[in-house]
Amino acid sequence: MEQKKPVIIDYNDVVVQVENVSKSFGDLHVLRNVNLALFNGENLVVLGRSGTGKSVLIKLISGLLRPDSGQIRVLSDTVTDLDERGLRELRLKIGFSFQNSALYDSMTVRENLEFPLVRNKRNLTRAEIDHEVEDVLDGVGLLNAINQMPAELSGGQRKRIGIARTLILRPDIMMYDEPTAGLDPITCLDINTLINEVQERYQTSSIIITHDLACAKMVGDRIAMLLDGKFERVGTFSEIFDTDDKRVKPFYDYNFIV
Amino acid sequence: MAGKIESLLLEFAKLHRFLMRFFRELVSPPFEFKEIIRQCYEVGWKSFPLISLTGFIVGYVFTKQSRPSLEEFGASSWLPALISIAIVRALAPLVTALIASGKVGSQIGAELSSMNVTEQIDAMEVSGTNPFKFLIVSRIIATTIMIPVLCFYVAGIGLAGGYLSIIAKDQLSILSYITQVFEAIAPKDIFAMVFRAIVFGFTIGFVSTYVGYYSSKGTEGVGKAANSAVVASMFIVFIEELLIVQVLALMG
Repeated sequence: MEQKKPVIIDYNDVVVQVENVSKSFGDLHVLRNVNLALFNGENLVVLGRSGTGKSVLIKLISGLLRPDSGQIRVLSDTVTDLDERGLRELRLKIGFSFQNSALYDSMTVRENLEFPLVRNKRNLTRAEIDHEVEDVLDGVGLLNAINQMPAELSGGQRKRIGIARTLILRPDIMMYDEPTAGLDPITCLDINTLINEVQERYQTSSIIITHDLACAKMVGDRIAMLLDGKFERVGTFSEIFDTDDKRVKPFYDYNFIV
Repeated sequence: MAGKIESLLLEFAKLHRFLMRFFRELVSPPFEFKEIIRQCYEVGWKSFPLISLTGFIVGYVFTKQSRPSLEEFGASSWLPALISIAIVRALAPLVTALIASGKVGSQIGAELSSMNVTEQIDAMEVSGTNPFKFLIVSRIIATTIMIPVLCFYVAGIGLAGGYLSIIAKDQLSILSYITQVFEAIAPKDIFAMVFRAIVFGFTIGFVSTYVGYYSSKGTEGVGKAANSAVVASMFIVFIEELLIVQVLALMG
């Protein structure tokens, strides 16, 4: 497994601050008074069982969902106080890679990448748009897929294009929702390497939602484990799993077949 | 019972919010002209073959079925006038709306619902694009513009079908047919046809986008959205037809 290169993390600069956030869907209490901080330049992995609210958390941070209570600050904005226009401006600084890539299936790869660019940077020339698209596609190693339709791509390629589409707006913060879900081990390694490359090349701070421990180990500078609606364990990979907690141990044992 | 009334009221509130948001986004920049043109092409051009065939058959069959009744009174020479009034006043807008509900409504409902399921709408939202303006407003504008255009076309092709049906048995020059057709209809009939088509076009666009945008997640949701788009659009179009007929009759 490729070792993660050292990166500069500023632990005095919090880019995302989640404070006492709760979210319920009917009687289902997903997040209960959750607190979490993402520091500038770090990859923070959020681990947890399926259905524990990991994806809900990043949707709350991006303003796709509203919390029932609590406050979320992203960069200099308080997400919970922003109106639609403010949210739209903030989202330009947040890249969101969806679990199923969410590529626009009626558009080619080129059109998928151009879509956010031409809508948010309206003064770009045709040559500049082409350069941006090709540069970012080259960065994810899929320049040759530029004219293909999403349906013609494999799962791993779709993930890469999904990540490229978010990178084209040069976000400060990246959110990855289950980046390795449904992929074979070798493609998982490629995606994990790409996440580390993005962190290094674009100097992003990222939250990576996963239940894949190999991914967590390879990309995470810190791990936050969501247990019973709260972040009860936050630390490095070895700190998290140095425990006899019956809610945590099976996670490790299953993933590494101990 | 109380629960059902509450959910019905909540649905009306949601519909009202959707409608108000449409009008708000309609007049606020930026405007998605390119997408509106693309949707006009989707709605208009892609419905063209089906609309052509249906319009022609309606005109041909209606004329053929009407002939015996008129012949009984020795009034078969009134056929062009009858066809013209029937097609312009009622059949063209209604047939266009029903075909468009099936062809366009189901497509919009399924497409938006599928985009919802695969998080493509969320992806637009997080990439700084207003999905409501891009997906909803453009489609409602497209159906509201294109259904009247298609309606004129259906009226024309229906009248052509009627003419072919007449000359299959009688001798009538095309010039004479056209003269009789236009003598029978007044400008207010054309106005009523366009008005109906605009109302039906808006309804189809509004209903289909609404059910697609708010569809439940999962593949079942896609099927339900496509189905609801067609059924609800057709039902509302018939109700509107009934109301418009009453209002126009009162206006003389």
